Amino acid sequence: MERLGKISVWLLLLLCPCLAGAQEPTKAFDAKETVLGHIGDSYEWHIASFGGHDLHVSLPVIVHSPASGWHCFSSEHLREGGEYEGLRVAAEGEHKGKIVERQADGSDLRPLDLSITKTVMGLFINSLLLLVLVLGTARWYKKRKVDSPAPRGFVGLMEILVSSLVDGLIKPCIGENYRRFVPYLLTVFCFILLNNLMGLIPIFPGGANVTGNIAVALVLAFASFLAINLFGSRAYWKEVFWPDVPAWLKVPVPLIPLIEFVGVLTKPFALMIRLFANMMAGHAVILSLTCVIFVTVEMGMAINSSMTVVSVLFSVFMNCLELLVAFLQAYVFTLLSAVFIGLAQEHKAPEKA
Amino acid sequence: MGLLQPESGLVFWMLLSFVIVFILLAKYGFPVILRAIDSRKEYIDASLEAAREAERKLENIRSDGRKLLDEAEQRQREILREASETREQIIREARRKAESEGQRIIAAAQEQASAERDAILQDARHQVAVLAVAVSEKMLRQKLADETSQTLLAERLLDEVEQTEKQ
Repeated sequence: MERLGKISVWLLLLLCPCLAGAQEPTKAFDAKETVLGHIGDSYEWHIASFGGHDLHVSLPVIVHSPASGWHCFSSEHLREGGEYEGLRVAAEGEHKGKIVERQADGSDLRPLDLSITKTVMGLFINSLLLLVLVLGTARWYKKRKVDSPAPRGFVGLMEILVSSLVDGLIKPCIGENYRRFVPYLLTVFCFILLNNLMGLIPIFPGGANVTGNIAVALVLAFASFLAINLFGSRAYWKEVFWPDVPAWLKVPVPLIPLIEFVGVLTKPFALMIRLFANMMAGHAVILSLTCVIFVTVEMGMAINSSMTVVSVLFSVFMNCLELLVAFLQAYVFTLLSAVFIGLAQEHKAPEKA
Repeated sequence: MGLLQPESGLVFWMLLSFVIVFILLAKYGFPVILRAIDSRKEYIDASLEAAREAERKLENIRSDGRKLLDEAEQRQREILREASETREQIIREARRKAESEGQRIIAAAQEQASAERDAILQDARHQVAVLAVAVSEKMLRQKLADETSQTLLAERLLDEVEQTEKQ
Protein backbone atom coordinates (compact mmCIF):
# COMPACT_ATOMS: atom_id res chain seq x y z
CA MET A 1 0.00 0.00 0.00
CA GLU A 2 2.85 2.40 0.85
CA ARG A 3 4.44 1.78 -2.51
CA LEU A 4 1.14 2.47 -4.19
CA GLY A 5 0.94 5.80 -2.38
CA LYS A 6 4.44 6.75 -3.49
CA ILE A 7 3.66 5.85 -7.08
CA SER A 8 0.56 7.99 -7.14
CA VAL A 9 2.41 10.94 -5.60
CA TRP A 10 5.07 10.66 -8.30
CA LEU A 11 2.39 10.48 -10.90
CA LEU A 12 0.86 13.68 -9.61
CA LEU A 13 4.25 15.41 -9.55
CA LEU A 14 4.96 14.35 -13.12
CA LEU A 15 1.71 15.80 -14.31
CA CYS A 16 2.37 18.95 -12.31
CA PRO A 17 -0.80 20.98 -12.56
CA CYS A 18 -0.15 24.60 -13.40
CA LEU A 19 -2.09 27.71 -12.58
CA ALA A 20 -2.90 29.77 -15.61
CA GLY A 21 -3.48 33.45 -15.97
CA ALA A 22 -6.69 35.39 -15.52
CA GLN A 23 -9.75 34.48 -17.53
CA GLU A 24 -11.72 36.97 -19.54
CA PRO A 25 -14.66 38.60 -17.78
CA THR A 26 -17.51 36.21 -17.01
CA LYS A 27 -19.89 35.67 -19.85
CA ALA A 28 -23.39 34.27 -19.77
CA PHE A 29 -23.50 30.66 -18.60
CA ASP A 30 -24.07 28.22 -21.43
CA ALA A 31 -25.33 24.93 -20.00
CA LYS A 32 -25.21 23.00 -23.26
CA GLU A 33 -21.67 24.10 -23.96
CA THR A 34 -20.57 23.17 -20.43
CA VAL A 35 -22.14 19.73 -20.49
CA LEU A 36 -20.85 18.87 -23.95
CA GLY A 37 -17.45 20.29 -23.06
CA HIS A 38 -17.17 18.04 -20.03
CA ILE A 39 -18.45 14.97 -21.81
CA GLY A 40 -16.25 15.51 -24.82
CA ASP A 41 -12.52 15.57 -25.13
CA SER A 42 -10.16 18.47 -24.60
CA TYR A 43 -6.47 19.19 -24.93
CA GLU A 44 -6.08 20.16 -21.30
CA TRP A 45 -7.50 18.74 -18.13
CA HIS A 46 -9.57 21.39 -16.50
CA ILE A 47 -9.80 20.90 -12.73
CA ALA A 48 -11.47 24.01 -11.34
CA SER A 49 -11.89 27.74 -11.81
CA PHE A 50 -11.83 30.10 -8.90
CA GLY A 51 -11.47 33.85 -8.67
CA GLY A 52 -10.91 34.15 -12.41
CA HIS A 53 -8.11 31.60 -12.30
CA ASP A 54 -8.22 28.25 -14.01
CA LEU A 55 -6.59 25.27 -12.40
CA HIS A 56 -5.77 22.79 -15.08
CA VAL A 57 -3.29 20.15 -16.17
CA SER A 58 -1.56 20.83 -19.44
CA LEU A 59 -1.21 17.80 -21.63
CA PRO A 60 1.15 17.08 -24.54
CA VAL A 61 -0.06 17.75 -28.06
CA ILE A 62 1.32 15.37 -30.68
CA VAL A 63 0.35 16.22 -34.22
CA HIS A 64 1.58 15.20 -37.63
CA SER A 65 0.61 17.36 -40.56
CA PRO A 66 1.48 16.49 -44.13
CA ALA A 67 2.76 20.03 -44.67
CA SER A 68 4.92 20.70 -41.65
CA GLY A 69 5.68 17.26 -40.22
CA TRP A 70 5.61 16.31 -36.55
CA HIS A 71 4.73 18.76 -33.78
CA CYS A 72 5.01 18.01 -30.12
CA PHE A 73 4.39 20.65 -27.47
CA SER A 74 2.43 21.40 -24.33
CA SER A 75 -1.20 22.28 -24.74
CA GLU A 76 -0.52 25.40 -22.68
CA HIS A 77 0.47 27.20 -25.89
CA LEU A 78 -2.98 26.68 -27.34
CA ARG A 79 -4.96 28.09 -24.44
CA GLU A 80 -7.43 30.93 -25.06
CA GLY A 81 -7.34 30.38 -28.80
CA GLY A 82 -3.56 30.80 -29.00
CA GLU A 83 -1.68 29.73 -32.09
CA TYR A 84 1.56 27.77 -31.92
CA GLU A 85 3.66 26.51 -34.81
CA GLY A 86 0.77 27.30 -37.14
CA LEU A 87 -1.62 25.14 -35.14
CA ARG A 88 -4.63 26.23 -33.19
CA VAL A 89 -7.84 24.87 -31.70
CA ALA A 90 -10.66 25.61 -34.07
CA ALA A 91 -13.27 27.84 -32.42
CA GLU A 92 -16.03 26.82 -34.81
CA GLY A 93 -16.70 25.03 -38.03
CA GLU A 94 -16.38 21.39 -38.94
CA HIS A 95 -13.50 20.71 -36.59
CA LYS A 96 -14.72 22.73 -33.64
CA GLY A 97 -12.63 22.13 -30.54
CA LYS A 98 -9.97 20.20 -32.45
CA ILE A 99 -6.51 21.21 -33.55
CA VAL A 100 -6.37 22.49 -37.11
CA GLU A 101 -3.63 23.90 -39.27
CA ARG A 102 -4.19 26.84 -41.55
CA GLN A 103 -3.31 25.96 -45.11
CA ALA A 104 -1.80 28.26 -47.70
CA ASP A 105 -5.22 28.78 -49.31
CA GLY A 106 -6.73 29.91 -46.01
CA SER A 107 -8.73 26.71 -45.37
CA ASP A 108 -8.31 24.67 -42.21
CA LEU A 109 -6.87 21.19 -42.38
CA ARG A 110 -7.13 18.69 -39.59
CA PRO A 111 -3.72 17.03 -39.17
CA LEU A 112 -3.16 13.53 -37.82
CA ASP A 113 -3.80 14.12 -34.16
CA LEU A 114 -2.19 11.74 -31.65
CA SER A 115 -2.36 14.21 -28.78
CA ILE A 116 -2.56 12.99 -25.25
CA THR A 117 -5.95 14.52 -24.61
CA LYS A 118 -7.93 14.44 -21.38
CA THR A 119 -9.58 11.15 -22.30
CA VAL A 120 -6.27 9.60 -23.35
CA MET A 121 -4.65 10.75 -20.12
CA GLY A 122 -7.55 9.33 -18.11
CA LEU A 123 -7.23 6.13 -20.10
CA PHE A 124 -3.52 5.93 -19.29
CA ILE A 125 -4.02 6.59 -15.59
CA ASN A 126 -6.82 4.05 -15.35
CA SER A 127 -4.88 1.45 -17.32
CA LEU A 128 -1.89 1.92 -15.06
CA LEU A 129 -4.10 1.68 -12.00
CA LEU A 130 -5.69 -1.48 -13.37
CA LEU A 131 -2.28 -3.01 -14.01
CA VAL A 132 -1.13 -2.10 -10.51
CA LEU A 133 -4.26 -3.53 -8.92
CA VAL A 134 -4.42 -6.79 -10.84
CA LEU A 135 -0.69 -7.46 -10.96
CA GLY A 136 -0.49 -6.57 -7.26
CA THR A 137 -3.18 -9.14 -6.58
CA ALA A 138 -1.34 -11.69 -8.70
CA ARG A 139 1.87 -10.92 -6.80
CA TRP A 140 0.07 -11.51 -3.51
CA TYR A 141 -0.89 -14.97 -4.72
CA LYS A 142 2.57 -15.69 -6.10
CA LYS A 143 4.17 -14.97 -2.76
CA ARG A 144 1.93 -17.34 -0.88
CA LYS A 145 1.65 -21.08 -0.69
CA VAL A 146 -1.47 -23.02 -1.37
CA ASP A 147 -2.14 -23.67 2.30
CA SER A 148 -1.87 -20.07 3.48
CA PRO A 149 -5.10 -18.51 4.74
CA ALA A 150 -7.57 -16.94 2.33
CA PRO A 151 -6.89 -13.31 1.38
CA ARG A 152 -8.58 -10.38 3.06
CA GLY A 153 -9.17 -6.82 2.01
CA PHE A 154 -8.65 -5.84 -1.61
CA VAL A 155 -7.18 -9.18 -2.71
CA GLY A 156 -10.17 -10.94 -1.17
CA LEU A 157 -12.48 -8.61 -3.09
CA MET A 158 -10.62 -9.36 -6.32
CA GLU A 159 -10.86 -13.05 -5.60
CA ILE A 160 -14.61 -12.86 -5.06
CA LEU A 161 -15.01 -10.78 -8.22
CA VAL A 162 -12.86 -13.07 -10.34
CA SER A 163 -14.29 -16.34 -9.11
CA SER A 164 -17.90 -15.15 -9.29
CA LEU A 165 -17.36 -13.89 -12.85
CA VAL A 166 -15.69 -17.11 -13.92
CA ASP A 167 -18.15 -19.45 -12.22
CA GLY A 168 -21.30 -17.38 -12.55
CA LEU A 169 -20.89 -15.78 -15.95
CA ILE A 170 -18.11 -17.05 -18.18
CA LYS A 171 -18.45 -20.78 -17.55
CA PRO A 172 -22.24 -21.01 -18.05
CA CYS A 173 -22.24 -18.63 -21.05
CA ILE A 174 -19.40 -20.11 -23.07
CA GLY A 175 -19.54 -23.76 -22.17
CA GLU A 176 -16.82 -26.34 -22.09
CA ASN A 177 -13.83 -24.53 -23.63
CA TYR A 178 -14.34 -21.35 -21.67
CA ARG A 179 -10.82 -21.34 -20.33
CA ARG A 180 -9.10 -19.58 -23.23
CA PHE A 181 -11.54 -16.64 -23.07
CA VAL A 182 -11.30 -16.07 -19.33
CA PRO A 183 -8.34 -13.64 -19.40
CA TYR A 184 -9.92 -11.53 -22.14
CA LEU A 185 -13.34 -11.32 -20.51
CA LEU A 186 -11.91 -10.56 -17.09
CA THR A 187 -9.67 -7.87 -18.59
CA VAL A 188 -12.62 -6.31 -20.37
CA PHE A 189 -14.74 -6.39 -17.24
CA CYS A 190 -12.09 -4.88 -14.98
CA PHE A 191 -11.11 -2.35 -17.62
CA ILE A 192 -14.64 -1.07 -18.12
CA LEU A 193 -15.49 -1.18 -14.42
CA LEU A 194 -12.40 0.76 -13.36
CA ASN A 195 -12.84 3.35 -16.12
CA ASN A 196 -16.52 3.74 -15.22
CA LEU A 197 -15.77 4.18 -11.53
CA MET A 198 -12.91 6.59 -12.15
CA GLY A 199 -15.23 8.58 -14.40
CA LEU A 200 -17.55 9.11 -11.44
CA ILE A 201 -14.86 10.74 -9.31
CA PRO A 202 -15.28 14.42 -10.11
CA ILE A 203 -11.71 15.66 -9.57
CA PHE A 204 -8.43 15.23 -11.35
CA PRO A 205 -7.23 11.67 -11.65
CA GLY A 206 -10.82 10.67 -12.19
CA GLY A 207 -13.60 12.43 -14.00
CA ALA A 208 -12.51 11.73 -17.55
CA ASN A 209 -15.40 10.37 -19.54
CA VAL A 210 -13.41 7.43 -20.91
CA THR A 211 -15.95 4.66 -21.43
CA GLY A 212 -18.55 7.23 -22.47
CA ASN A 213 -16.37 8.02 -25.46
CA ILE A 214 -17.31 6.26 -28.65
CA ALA A 215 -13.70 5.59 -29.69
CA VAL A 216 -13.04 3.66 -26.49
CA ALA A 217 -16.28 1.73 -26.81
CA LEU A 218 -15.43 1.07 -30.46
CA VAL A 219 -12.08 -0.51 -29.60
CA LEU A 220 -13.64 -2.63 -26.86
CA ALA A 221 -16.41 -3.78 -29.19
CA PHE A 222 -13.86 -4.52 -31.89
CA ALA A 223 -11.89 -6.64 -29.43
CA SER A 224 -15.04 -8.59 -28.61
CA PHE A 225 -15.74 -8.91 -32.35
CA LEU A 226 -12.32 -10.50 -32.81
CA ALA A 227 -12.80 -12.79 -29.81
CA ILE A 228 -16.18 -13.92 -31.16
CA ASN A 229 -15.21 -14.49 -34.78
CA LEU A 230 -11.56 -15.53 -34.69
CA PHE A 231 -12.39 -18.49 -32.48
CA GLY A 232 -15.75 -19.27 -34.09
CA SER A 233 -16.34 -22.94 -34.85
CA ARG A 234 -17.10 -24.38 -38.28
CA ALA A 235 -20.72 -24.87 -37.29
CA TYR A 236 -20.93 -21.16 -36.49
CA TRP A 237 -19.58 -20.09 -39.87
CA LYS A 238 -21.80 -22.57 -41.63
CA GLU A 239 -24.75 -21.06 -39.75
CA VAL A 240 -23.70 -17.66 -41.09
CA PHE A 241 -22.99 -18.45 -44.74
CA TRP A 242 -25.03 -21.58 -45.42
CA PRO A 243 -27.84 -21.73 -42.85
CA ASP A 244 -30.52 -24.41 -42.71
CA VAL A 245 -33.17 -22.61 -44.75
CA PRO A 246 -34.89 -23.44 -48.06
CA ALA A 247 -32.38 -23.24 -50.88
CA TRP A 248 -34.15 -20.43 -52.76
CA LEU A 249 -33.46 -18.14 -49.82
CA LYS A 250 -29.74 -18.42 -50.35
CA VAL A 251 -28.90 -19.55 -53.87
CA PRO A 252 -29.61 -16.87 -56.45
CA VAL A 253 -29.69 -14.01 -53.97
CA PRO A 254 -27.91 -14.79 -50.68
CA LEU A 255 -30.68 -13.23 -48.65
CA ILE A 256 -30.35 -15.12 -45.38
CA PRO A 257 -26.52 -15.23 -45.43
CA LEU A 258 -26.58 -11.48 -45.91
CA ILE A 259 -28.87 -11.05 -42.93
CA GLU A 260 -26.70 -13.39 -40.88
CA PHE A 261 -23.59 -11.48 -41.86
CA VAL A 262 -25.17 -8.20 -40.85
CA GLY A 263 -26.02 -9.92 -37.58
CA VAL A 264 -22.33 -10.72 -37.08
CA LEU A 265 -21.57 -7.03 -37.37
CA THR A 266 -24.50 -5.72 -35.36
CA LYS A 267 -23.58 -7.75 -32.28
CA PRO A 268 -20.40 -5.78 -31.49
CA PHE A 269 -22.06 -2.61 -32.76
CA ALA A 270 -24.80 -3.04 -30.16
CA LEU A 271 -22.14 -3.61 -27.52
CA MET A 272 -20.42 -0.39 -28.51
CA ILE A 273 -23.54 1.76 -28.59
CA ARG A 274 -24.85 0.34 -25.32
CA LEU A 275 -21.69 1.07 -23.37
CA PHE A 276 -21.10 4.45 -24.96
CA ALA A 277 -24.67 5.69 -24.63
CA ASN A 278 -25.14 4.52 -21.07
CA MET A 279 -21.96 6.02 -19.73
CA MET A 280 -22.29 9.24 -21.68
CA ALA A 281 -25.90 9.68 -20.65
CA GLY A 282 -25.00 9.18 -17.00
CA HIS A 283 -22.35 11.85 -17.18
CA ALA A 284 -24.67 14.16 -19.09
CA VAL A 285 -27.46 13.80 -16.54
CA ILE A 286 -25.17 14.49 -13.57
CA LEU A 287 -23.60 17.47 -15.32
CA SER A 288 -27.01 18.85 -16.32
CA LEU A 289 -28.23 18.56 -12.75
CA THR A 290 -25.18 20.46 -11.58
CA CYS A 291 -25.75 23.07 -14.27
CA VAL A 292 -29.22 23.72 -12.86
CA ILE A 293 -27.54 25.61 -10.02
CA PHE A 294 -25.73 27.97 -12.39
CA VAL A 295 -28.65 28.38 -14.77
CA THR A 296 -30.93 29.54 -11.96
CA VAL A 297 -28.49 32.13 -10.62
CA GLU A 298 -30.23 34.88 -12.55
CA MET A 299 -33.67 33.93 -11.22
CA GLY A 300 -33.13 35.36 -7.78
CA MET A 301 -31.94 34.15 -4.44
CA ALA A 302 -34.96 32.07 -3.40
CA ILE A 303 -35.28 30.04 -6.57
CA ASN A 304 -31.56 29.63 -6.84
CA SER A 305 -31.09 28.26 -3.33
CA SER A 306 -34.09 25.94 -3.53
CA MET A 307 -32.96 24.67 -6.91
CA THR A 308 -29.49 24.15 -5.47
CA VAL A 309 -30.92 21.86 -2.80
CA VAL A 310 -32.92 19.99 -5.44
CA SER A 311 -29.90 19.73 -7.68
CA VAL A 312 -27.64 18.36 -4.92
CA LEU A 313 -30.25 15.82 -3.87
CA PHE A 314 -30.76 14.65 -7.45
CA SER A 315 -27.01 14.56 -8.03
CA VAL A 316 -26.55 12.34 -4.99
CA PHE A 317 -29.26 10.07 -6.29
CA MET A 318 -27.80 10.03 -9.78
CA ASN A 319 -24.33 9.28 -8.46
CA CYS A 320 -25.66 6.30 -6.57
CA LEU A 321 -27.45 5.19 -9.70
CA GLU A 322 -24.31 5.68 -11.76
CA LEU A 323 -22.38 3.57 -9.28
CA LEU A 324 -24.81 0.80 -10.06
CA VAL A 325 -24.69 1.53 -13.79
CA ALA A 326 -20.89 1.51 -13.73
CA PHE A 327 -20.92 -2.05 -12.48
CA LEU A 328 -23.92 -3.02 -14.56
CA GLN A 329 -22.48 -1.85 -17.87
CA ALA A 330 -19.20 -3.62 -17.24
CA TYR A 331 -21.18 -6.73 -16.36
CA VAL A 332 -23.49 -6.48 -19.33
CA PHE A 333 -20.64 -5.92 -21.76
CA THR A 334 -18.82 -8.97 -20.39
CA LEU A 335 -22.00 -11.03 -20.26
CA LEU A 336 -23.00 -10.29 -23.86
CA SER A 337 -19.46 -10.84 -25.10
CA ALA A 338 -19.44 -14.18 -23.32
CA VAL A 339 -22.85 -15.10 -24.73
CA PHE A 340 -21.80 -14.21 -28.29
CA ILE A 341 -18.54 -16.12 -27.88
CA GLY A 342 -20.53 -19.06 -26.52
CA LEU A 343 -22.85 -18.95 -29.55
CA ALA A 344 -19.85 -18.98 -31.89
CA GLN A 345 -18.39 -21.93 -29.98
CA GLU A 346 -21.45 -24.10 -30.58
CA HIS A 347 -20.21 -27.39 -32.02
CA LYS A 348 -23.44 -28.95 -33.09
CA ALA A 349 -25.84 -27.27 -35.46
CA PRO A 350 -29.19 -26.71 -33.74
CA GLU A 351 -31.69 -29.56 -34.13
CA LYS A 352 -34.11 -29.28 -36.98
CA ALA A 353 -37.67 -28.74 -35.91
CA MET B 1 -22.40 15.55 -33.80
CA GLY B 2 -18.86 15.25 -32.55
CA LEU B 3 -19.73 12.84 -29.80
CA LEU B 4 -20.65 10.08 -32.24
CA GLN B 5 -17.52 10.46 -34.31
CA PRO B 6 -14.65 8.29 -33.11
CA GLU B 7 -11.46 10.34 -32.91
CA SER B 8 -8.60 8.58 -34.72
CA GLY B 9 -5.99 9.63 -32.14
CA LEU B 10 -8.10 8.31 -29.31
CA VAL B 11 -8.74 5.06 -31.17
CA PHE B 12 -4.99 4.69 -31.62
CA TRP B 13 -4.15 5.30 -27.95
CA MET B 14 -7.03 3.19 -26.75
CA LEU B 15 -5.98 0.31 -28.99
CA LEU B 16 -2.40 0.63 -27.79
CA SER B 17 -3.17 0.81 -24.10
CA PHE B 18 -5.88 -1.83 -24.22
CA VAL B 19 -3.64 -4.27 -26.06
CA ILE B 20 -0.81 -3.65 -23.59
CA VAL B 21 -3.12 -3.99 -20.59
CA PHE B 22 -4.67 -7.13 -22.08
CA ILE B 23 -1.33 -8.77 -22.83
CA LEU B 24 0.08 -7.98 -19.39
CA LEU B 25 -3.03 -9.05 -17.53
CA ALA B 26 -3.60 -12.15 -19.64
CA LYS B 27 -0.01 -13.21 -19.13
CA TYR B 28 0.89 -12.18 -15.62
CA GLY B 29 -2.38 -11.19 -13.97
CA PHE B 30 -5.46 -13.33 -14.25
CA PRO B 31 -3.93 -16.75 -14.96
CA VAL B 32 -1.88 -16.45 -11.78
CA ILE B 33 -4.94 -15.47 -9.76
CA LEU B 34 -7.11 -18.17 -11.31
CA ARG B 35 -4.46 -20.82 -10.83
CA ALA B 36 -4.04 -19.81 -7.20
CA ILE B 37 -7.79 -19.88 -6.62
CA ASP B 38 -8.12 -23.25 -8.35
CA SER B 39 -5.24 -24.81 -6.47
CA ARG B 40 -6.62 -23.52 -3.20
CA LYS B 41 -10.00 -24.93 -4.08
CA GLU B 42 -8.39 -28.28 -4.76
CA TYR B 43 -6.40 -28.02 -1.56
CA ILE B 44 -9.56 -27.32 0.43
CA ASP B 45 -11.33 -30.24 -1.22
CA ALA B 46 -8.40 -32.53 -0.47
CA SER B 47 -8.27 -31.30 3.12
CA LEU B 48 -11.98 -31.91 3.57
CA GLU B 49 -11.59 -35.39 2.14
CA ALA B 50 -8.66 -36.06 4.47
CA ALA B 51 -10.62 -34.78 7.45
CA ARG B 52 -13.54 -37.00 6.53
CA GLU B 53 -11.17 -39.96 6.20
CA ALA B 54 -9.60 -39.19 9.56
CA GLU B 55 -13.00 -38.93 11.17
CA ARG B 56 -13.98 -42.27 9.69
CA LYS B 57 -10.80 -43.83 11.00
CA LEU B 58 -11.38 -42.32 14.40
CA GLU B 59 -14.89 -43.69 14.39
CA ASN B 60 -13.50 -47.11 13.48
CA ILE B 61 -11.00 -46.92 16.30
CA ARG B 62 -13.70 -45.85 18.70
CA SER B 63 -15.97 -48.70 17.69
CA ASP B 64 -13.04 -51.11 17.92
CA GLY B 65 -12.37 -49.91 21.44
CA ARG B 66 -15.99 -50.30 22.33
CA LYS B 67 -15.94 -53.82 20.92
CA LEU B 68 -12.82 -54.64 22.93
CA LEU B 69 -14.40 -53.28 26.06
CA ASP B 70 -17.53 -55.32 25.44
CA GLU B 71 -15.49 -58.43 24.90
CA ALA B 72 -13.51 -57.83 28.06
CA GLU B 73 -16.72 -57.42 30.01
CA GLN B 74 -18.05 -60.60 28.51
CA ARG B 75 -14.90 -62.42 29.48
CA GLN B 76 -15.08 -61.07 32.98
CA ARG B 77 -18.63 -62.23 33.37
CA GLU B 78 -17.72 -65.64 32.01
CA ILE B 79 -14.75 -65.99 34.31
CA LEU B 80 -16.82 -64.99 37.29
CA ARG B 81 -19.51 -67.40 36.32
CA GLU B 82 -17.00 -70.19 35.88
CA ALA B 83 -15.38 -69.39 39.20
CA SER B 84 -18.70 -69.54 40.99
CA GLU B 85 -19.54 -72.79 39.25
CA THR B 86 -16.24 -74.28 40.29
CA ARG B 87 -16.81 -73.17 43.84
CA GLU B 88 -20.25 -74.73 43.95
CA GLN B 89 -18.89 -77.89 42.48
CA ILE B 90 -16.10 -78.09 45.03
CA ILE B 91 -18.53 -77.54 47.87
CA ARG B 92 -20.91 -80.12 46.45
CA GLU B 93 -18.07 -82.57 46.09
CA ALA B 94 -16.88 -81.97 49.62
CA ARG B 95 -20.37 -82.37 50.96
CA ARG B 96 -20.84 -85.59 49.08
CA LYS B 97 -17.55 -86.92 50.36
CA ALA B 98 -18.39 -85.96 53.91
CA GLU B 99 -21.76 -87.61 53.64
CA SER B 100 -20.36 -90.86 52.33
CA GLU B 101 -17.64 -90.84 54.98
CA GLY B 102 -20.24 -90.26 57.66
CA GLN B 103 -22.36 -93.07 56.31
CA ARG B 104 -19.38 -95.32 56.23
CA ILE B 105 -18.53 -94.49 59.86
CA ILE B 106 -22.13 -94.97 60.92
CA ALA B 107 -22.32 -98.34 59.14
CA ALA B 108 -19.10 -99.47 60.81
CA ALA B 109 -20.45 -98.40 64.17
CA GLN B 110 -23.73 -100.19 63.59
CA GLU B 111 -21.88 -103.28 62.55
CA GLN B 112 -19.78 -103.17 65.66
CA ALA B 113 -22.83 -102.57 67.84
CA SER B 114 -24.67 -105.54 66.35
CA ALA B 115 -21.60 -107.74 66.87
CA GLU B 116 -21.48 -106.69 70.48
CA ARG B 117 -25.17 -107.38 70.94
CA ASP B 118 -24.75 -110.82 69.42
CA ALA B 119 -21.88 -111.49 71.78
CA ILE B 120 -24.01 -110.37 74.73
CA LEU B 121 -26.91 -112.55 73.58
CA GLN B 122 -24.57 -115.48 73.21
CA ASP B 123 -23.30 -114.88 76.70
CA ALA B 124 -26.80 -114.57 78.08
CA ARG B 125 -27.90 -117.77 76.37
CA HIS B 126 -24.89 -119.53 77.90
CA GLN B 127 -25.79 -118.20 81.32
CA VAL B 128 -29.43 -119.32 80.89
CA ALA B 129 -28.25 -122.78 79.90
CA VAL B 130 -25.96 -122.98 82.93
CA LEU B 131 -28.78 -121.83 85.22
CA ALA B 132 -31.24 -124.27 83.65
CA VAL B 133 -28.78 -127.09 84.23
CA ALA B 134 -28.28 -125.97 87.85
CA VAL B 135 -32.07 -125.74 88.37
CA SER B 136 -32.74 -129.13 86.91
CA GLU B 137 -29.98 -130.57 89.09
CA LYS B 138 -31.59 -129.19 92.27
CA MET B 139 -35.03 -130.37 91.11
CA LEU B 140 -33.73 -133.83 90.50
CA ARG B 141 -32.33 -133.92 94.13
CA GLN B 142 -35.74 -133.22 95.61
CA LYS B 143 -37.64 -135.65 93.31
CA LEU B 144 -37.73 -138.41 95.70
CA ALA B 145 -39.71 -136.37 98.22
CA ASP B 146 -43.41 -135.61 97.87
CA GLU B 147 -45.02 -133.75 95.39
CA THR B 148 -45.51 -130.74 97.53
CA SER B 149 -41.97 -130.65 98.46
CA GLN B 150 -41.18 -130.95 94.83
CA THR B 151 -43.28 -127.90 94.07
CA LEU B 152 -41.85 -126.09 97.04
CA LEU B 153 -38.47 -126.94 95.82
CA ALA B 154 -39.21 -125.75 92.37
CA GLU B 155 -40.56 -122.46 93.69
CA ARG B 156 -37.58 -122.08 95.98
CA LEU B 157 -35.29 -122.83 93.15
CA LEU B 158 -36.99 -120.27 90.95
CA ASP B 159 -36.59 -117.77 93.73
CA GLU B 160 -33.01 -118.63 93.90
CA VAL B 161 -32.73 -118.22 90.18
CA GLU B 162 -34.38 -114.86 90.47
CA GLN B 163 -32.05 -113.92 93.24
CA THR B 164 -29.04 -114.93 91.26
CA GLU B 165 -30.37 -112.98 88.32
CA LYS B 166 -30.81 -110.00 90.59
CA GLN B 167 -27.34 -110.49 91.89
